[in-house]
Amino acid sequence: MTTTAQSLQATTDVEPARAARWSDYVLLLKPRVMSLVVFTALTGLVCAGKPLNPFLGAVAVLCIAVGAGASGALNMWFDADIDAKMRRTRARPVPAGRVQGADALTLGVVLSLFSVMLMGMALNWLAAGLLAFTIAFYAIVYTMWLKRFTPQNIVIGGAAGALPPVIGWAAASGTTPLNAWLLFLIIFLWTPPHSWALALYTSGDYAKAGVPMMPVAKGAASTRRQIMLYSLLFVPAALAPAFTGLGGPIYLTVAALGGAVFLLLAARLAFSTAGDGDDPRKAEGLYGVKADARPARNLFAVSILYLFALFAALLAERIVGVAPLELFR
Amino acid sequence: MSDPLWEAPEAAKARRRRNWVLAGALFLFVVLVFAVTLVRLGGNVASVPS
Repeated sequence: MTTTAQSLQATTDVEPARAARWSDYVLLLKPRVMSLVVFTALTGLVCAGKPLNPFLGAVAVLCIAVGAGASGALNMWFDADIDAKMRRTRARPVPAGRVQGADALTLGVVLSLFSVMLMGMALNWLAAGLLAFTIAFYAIVYTMWLKRFTPQNIVIGGAAGALPPVIGWAAASGTTPLNAWLLFLIIFLWTPPHSWALALYTSGDYAKAGVPMMPVAKGAASTRRQIMLYSLLFVPAALAPAFTGLGGPIYLTVAALGGAVFLLLAARLAFSTAGDGDDPRKAEGLYGVKADARPARNLFAVSILYLFALFAALLAERIVGVAPLELFR
Repeated sequence: MSDPLWEAPEAAKARRRRNWVLAGALFLFVVLVFAVTLVRLGGNVASVPS
């Protein structure tokens, strides 16, 4: 077969991308990430404790959600080359050819402008500025720079994911006191153990795409040690709101019990061999799962539940009217 | 020779649907800005600065 004939055959073997549907544009906004952002932002908004018109509160949450979606679209535009190489992401609208990269870029820029302008007009310009900073940090600092160049990518880049409760707090009150930044610190310190636990059993995918995630750049043993270290920092930070007049008895109970489980799982992971080698039985799975992945999977799953439980406890206490503990206040 | 401007019926339908969604989103944005303006002004709608 001639080269021309081979390339023709290759062309006809590729399934043509179907026309973009509006649902593809919704996928560009990373709705699952958006749901976590909305939840933490809502917690910040409610914890601010300032009277706020419910309609304006809803607009603030909408702006944060749309801003998060805009970041997702910008990320998918820039990372299309990486996404195409990874099993987990190659079906995304841009690498799959259903949406043009330029369309994703346009959507991201337009939604960024709309969300920031509306936030400034409806709430205040401190919240709008923080939202603009978050979008720019995620799209430019994390996506375009950190992600491709340093194994510390998700540590520093985690700041973008940690800012939504601060934005929510600022939207409600026009200020960002220490308790707002404590919520930031909790998510910031949660991100490394959470992301690296996932990366430990999906690092084959990252290596293929050339993304220097910690297990790819420094190895699984170093990653497991660092997960333990960050867990030791994260759990006390998660307990701290009970001592600063932010969390009440429900929060303290959830933070203490969940924190104990989190530390136990992090320790089990630290003494395991998770991420050390490929598991031939699972080489064709969705993520190219690594051998002995169970401790990493357990920590990953519990990390999501724990963060959700922490913020749900804060939200529930404010809604029900449970007074915060003031142990050291 | 095929017409370079020809568009498959399915692609044309998808494009029309996207355009309607876009128009709807823009309309909602305008309504939202209008509602926010009213809420922000509140009882001061009728007051004129002296």
